[in-house]
Amino acid sequence: MIERTDPWIPESYHIVKTWREIPDTFTMELKPTDGREIPRFASGQFNMLYVFGVGEIPVSISGDPSQRGILTHTTRAVGAVSRALCDLKEGAVVGVRGPYGSHWPVAEAMGKDVVIAAGGLGLAPLRSAVREIVAARERFGKVSVLYGARTVEDILFRRELEGWRARFDLDVYVTVDHADAAWRGSVGVVTRFVARAAFNPEQVVAMVCGPEVMMRYTARELEKCGVVDDAIYLSMERNMKCAVGLCGHCQFQQFFVCKDGPVFAYHRVKSLLAKGEI
Amino acid sequence: MDVSPTDLVGHGFLKGMAGEQLAALATCGAGYRSYAEGEFICREGANADEFHLIEHGLVALETTAADRRSLVMVTLEGGEVLGWSWMFPPYRWYFDARAVAATRTLALNGALVRAACQNDPQLGYELTRRIARVVIERLQATRLHALDLYNTHPPRK
Repeated sequence: MIERTDPWIPESYHIVKTWREIPDTFTMELKPTDGREIPRFASGQFNMLYVFGVGEIPVSISGDPSQRGILTHTTRAVGAVSRALCDLKEGAVVGVRGPYGSHWPVAEAMGKDVVIAAGGLGLAPLRSAVREIVAARERFGKVSVLYGARTVEDILFRRELEGWRARFDLDVYVTVDHADAAWRGSVGVVTRFVARAAFNPEQVVAMVCGPEVMMRYTARELEKCGVVDDAIYLSMERNMKCAVGLCGHCQFQQFFVCKDGPVFAYHRVKSLLAKGEI
Repeated sequence: MDVSPTDLVGHGFLKGMAGEQLAALATCGAGYRSYAEGEFICREGANADEFHLIEHGLVALETTAADRRSLVMVTLEGGEVLGWSWMFPPYRWYFDARAVAATRTLALNGALVRAACQNDPQLGYELTRRIARVVIERLQATRLHALDLYNTHPPRK
């Protein structure tokens, strides 16, 4: 019998539902083919999704950690495997290894203010954290969600963002880089919202995910507001292959992003972020 | 409605400014302006005889081209300042500014502010320093914007 916890063996899942969120990004809901519960995961972790005969890619989990029946992934159809994954129909079977990696410090943020800053597809791994926080809203201080997308058409999870904004116990800022006059929201880079968000810099945890440059400048804006390095967390993206820290594809100086990350406290990677050669 | 130094001190752009400097600015034709959604605050090429401290609302800086719809470059919100074309000749607005939502501003007369700065170099320095900070922040944001960070098809290395 195959040992279920063997990190090299993918488990069979079938696609329950799949849909496009925005033109190049899709979400799929998966269930184990043998009907058991999905493994426990924490917000910010990822799975390796295997399209048989094509290949395997890391995809962050975008669903709610408390939901044990369905595994939800959101990613962009941009390479051979992700395009093949996107083309799969409901009922198709994929391989799943995981969950892997470090997670967002949701438990550590309890009792504190929280700033969630996401750019583009970076909202996918942070959605799990937001859902977790919303589910236990009374345990956190002020919560701000800052989200930037390229265009209005690229706004991910738009309906959910509107739902969060409608709650009134979350401050939700959405901005786009490019828009015409028909857009009635903010235009400009997401980093400028940091200074507008309401939080106590001495009692806050910030979780940031997006393009690396966006994360670097968001972290700097947080620093300008008085937030210390070890209260800022970033999710790094590298070319992960084995997911267990053996192959070295995702090496980031002394770290393996798959094993030591993807979520890092800013102080651990700050000096590496501006280096182009890593 | 008359504007007092107390009204001015509440705006983020002037926060921490000395009382006598606020009093000097309050005499520079300061007045409240209200704009309905869709109303233009200024038009490209028109005289930039005022600048605005946005109290609340949302303002789009935009430009138009015959073959495209109006393009929004950036939006400004409560606590931000709109306009620096009043500082230098030819004193003309460089872009359109349109209220995206109902907007209220505290407007100051550019010529009177320039004259006040001429008479009081300390006021001039303080105001220039504050505007320089806004310009730098906008320039940095514009540079990040220009990187097109979310473009999924960046140029090949």
